[in-house]
Amino acid sequence: MHGTKILEEADRLMTVCNSCRYCEGLCAVFPAMEMRRAFSDGDLNYLANLCHACGACYTDCQFSPPHEFNVNVPRTLAVARAESYSAYAWPRAFAGAFARNGIVISLVAALSVAAFIFGFAAWHDRQVLFGTHTGPGAFYKLMPHNAMAALFGVAFLYAIVALTMGVRAFWRDIGEPVGMKTDAAALLQALRDAGELRHLDGGGVGCFNEDDRPTDRRRLYHHFTFYGFALCFASTCIATLYHYLLARQAPYAWWDLPVVLGTLGGIGLLIGPIGLLTERWKRDSVLVDEARHGMDVAFIVMLFLTSLTGMALLVWRETAAMGPLLALHLGVVFSLFITMPYGKFVHGIYRFAALVRYAMERRAMAHGAGE
Amino acid sequence: MSQKFDVLVIGGGNAALCAAISARRAGASVLVLEGAPKFYRGGNTRHTRNMRCAHDAATDILTGPYTEEEFWDDLLRLTGGQTDEELARFMIRESKDILNWIVEQGVRWQPSLGGTLSLGRTNSFFLGGGRAMLNALYLTAEKLGVEIVYDAEVIDLEIEHGMFLSARLKQPVDGTSEIRASALVAAAGGFEANIEWLKEYWGEAADNFLIRGTPYNRGSILKMLLDNGVQDIGDPTQCHAVAIDARAPKFDGGIITRHDSVVFGIVVNKRAQRFYDEGEDIWPKRYAIWGRLVAAQPDQIAYIIFDASVRNSFMPTLFPPIEGGSIAELAGKLELDPAALEKTITEFNAAVKPGTFDHTILDDCRTEGITPPKTHWARRIETPPYLAYPVRPGITFTYLGTRVNRQARMVMKDGRPSANMFAAGEIMAGNVLGKGYAAGIGMTIGSVFGRVAGREAAKNARN
Ligand SMILES: Cc1cc2nc3c(=O)[nH]c(=O)nc-3n(C[C@H](O)[C@H](O)[C@H](O)COP(=O)(O)OP(=O)(O)OC[C@H]3O[C@@H](n4cnc5c(N)ncnc54)[C@H](O)[C@@H]3O)c2cc1C
Ligand code: SF4
Ligand code: SF4
Repeated sequence: MHGTKILEEADRLMTVCNSCRYCEGLCAVFPAMEMRRAFSDGDLNYLANLCHACGACYTDCQFSPPHEFNVNVPRTLAVARAESYSAYAWPRAFAGAFARNGIVISLVAALSVAAFIFGFAAWHDRQVLFGTHTGPGAFYKLMPHNAMAALFGVAFLYAIVALTMGVRAFWRDIGEPVGMKTDAAALLQALRDAGELRHLDGGGVGCFNEDDRPTDRRRLYHHFTFYGFALCFASTCIATLYHYLLARQAPYAWWDLPVVLGTLGGIGLLIGPIGLLTERWKRDSVLVDEARHGMDVAFIVMLFLTSLTGMALLVWRETAAMGPLLALHLGVVFSLFITMPYGKFVHGIYRFAALVRYAMERRAMAHGAGE
Repeated sequence: MSQKFDVLVIGGGNAALCAAISARRAGASVLVLEGAPKFYRGGNTRHTRNMRCAHDAATDILTGPYTEEEFWDDLLRLTGGQTDEELARFMIRESKDILNWIVEQGVRWQPSLGGTLSLGRTNSFFLGGGRAMLNALYLTAEKLGVEIVYDAEVIDLEIEHGMFLSARLKQPVDGTSEIRASALVAAAGGFEANIEWLKEYWGEAADNFLIRGTPYNRGSILKMLLDNGVQDIGDPTQCHAVAIDARAPKFDGGIITRHDSVVFGIVVNKRAQRFYDEGEDIWPKRYAIWGRLVAAQPDQIAYIIFDASVRNSFMPTLFPPIEGGSIAELAGKLELDPAALEKTITEFNAAVKPGTFDHTILDDCRTEGITPPKTHWARRIETPPYLAYPVRPGITFTYLGTRVNRQARMVMKDGRPSANMFAAGEIMAGNVLGKGYAAGIGMTIGSVFGRVAGREAAKNARN
């Protein structure tokens, strides 16, 4: 007996797949499944988060609907995965945020942006908000750097704590909490698998999206998005170091490292999300967890807006539009931070944890086999 | 579809697609008529997993060499000599090249993963299974410009003195139409899904058979060809049958309904009597005999009975075993006579001699003093809960087919080759497989003869 209906269905499918095993070469889910004969809730959540939704096992399965065995692994695992996010959410009170994610995130975003605009306006007079500020420290005419750092520091810290608590619960549920220490090799393997999106390649040909012709587009756009995000994050970190270590104040010249990284990342975060949204829109509906449509879209749109507002700020930072643009950008980034633990962002974290677990299992098995 | 094609291929499985691709690559215009709707395209090929090919050295997908001679020896042994040596040796030789040719058509092999079956040396596994393999073949065929029509059942063939003229096609939407082509490749599978036809050889028992594969292989094309003077080959009662779970669907249950727990217990019929040595041989021979054995039992049903001590010793199964805390309780759930089952198990347990159990070899655990004996892997059934799987004959494919020569050209009853008709796959499997079965050989027959048939048909069409 399982906690939810979708876990019941996932158990049924894993039992079918375990007696079939034709897909064992496609991704990590099937070999991980083969190491088990019975599936706990934790096992199923682990398998669900190991799935990269490449769709191959649906297109390749002789039992997919309309066959009476009705085997649809990608969709079942997608629903189970989404439900696992709220099952492990911290604090528990916010678990519901996943269910109406689109609405929650838009609300938070709108409120944050408004708060920054009103904050700036209340703090200063209209002259400052709509004034033209240039040179080092221009941004801080609107909001003192320390206030900015404190506000974002707290938001970021909160996100980290909430995410860590969630992953801890997940890890406990899927792994063996005592005696199972992560080794460096497994971690490295997981980093490589995550970095390449190894399991989004349908076993080598690409991912199945709108029909039975594999393509590599989803992987490509995901790479744009992920590495775009990583570059933007790096840009922010370097800017912080500039500020505190070198006492160099933003905004920086276009050729300076934070701006270069931010611009490159920003471009990735424009192309990636648009691509992902397009692919998602084209995706065969049998593969999609329709109920969670809002969550996926909300997160992609937030990433896109982060980049868009950031790029706009870069272009118009020397005009009177700077104040409102800064408020807009900070509002979006702030809401991205605080909603991180309650939206699609967590998929990356849980998937990575699952990949680590898988790498550990594989290594354990390889050692065992040698005996 | 009034256009005339060089080559018409009937069927949509491995043999058909290999023929279509090969004919197209040889420059012919090709039409494929698949009787099933798109999802069910590819008949039994959808359910396959691997292919047996000769090769001289290990590769990253095969763990060791499997020479032509060894393949031939295996074939000779399992068919008991019921094979056309010239064709069989030709197929084995060609199979070497098929390993690579099939990859050139977009099919991918799975690196050997350890896996569940001990076939890593002789057989290559399709990455993602048979449907993945088919998807790749269809994609390639489409890219090459092969025309493919689904839901296109051929209901009549016009043949004159061994020469194919046209085919009549029935479609759910467009009704019937006539297709003309210069050459025909018949690759429409066997007749295992045609229970009425099976009954001609098996009697009423065939009503209790389960068909493991596609419901679309009704043998209609085979029948039309035989009725039009094509020479038949193969014993119609011979087929590949295994014991599968009695709870499986009537058609298309595929691979996941099989059981291979026979060695771990005993098998009784509906009278709770054992009827065959459960320890006779190792996989895969054992796998292939139990279908026929069960078919010969009353009501075509049997029960594999084992106990809790071995429950995790074999592959996980789709349907859970039926459980009973005592033998009598289990018998009740199986609707067997409890006293009879208790007696059978008690006698069996008493006959078991001590030995060292090892299910990977023919070990020394055996019975003494009972008939039938269990000559290997015999261990007492004594740890509750007691468990059982009900099994029925599961028909994989039939061997009655059309006679062909090395060009895959059909041979007429008078011994002359047909002017323009070729056959590949299950529809001519009986040429090489008179009886018996070796895992992966169905795909070999389809790919090798499909490729040849396509090439020869294209050549024929342009002459
Ligand atoms: C569960 C299972 C597992 C198997 N596993 C393996 C394996 O691992 N390796 C192996 O080598 N073999 C395996 N086999 C055997 C293998 O499936 C067959 O040998 C092989 O599929 C035969 O290929 P084919 O192309 O001749 O026929 P099929 O693949 O059966 O194709 C026949 C086609 O003809 C079409 N057709 C039939 N009648 C008409 C008509 N009148 N008009 C138009 N179209 C028609 C059907 O729709 C179908 O598409 C397995 C079989 C089963 C059932
Ligand atoms: S998805 Fe289908 S083909 Fe793949 S392992 Fe599961 S049942 Fe088998
Ligand atoms: S990653 Fe792809 S092949 Fe693996 S379970 Fe998910 S959808 Fe199926």
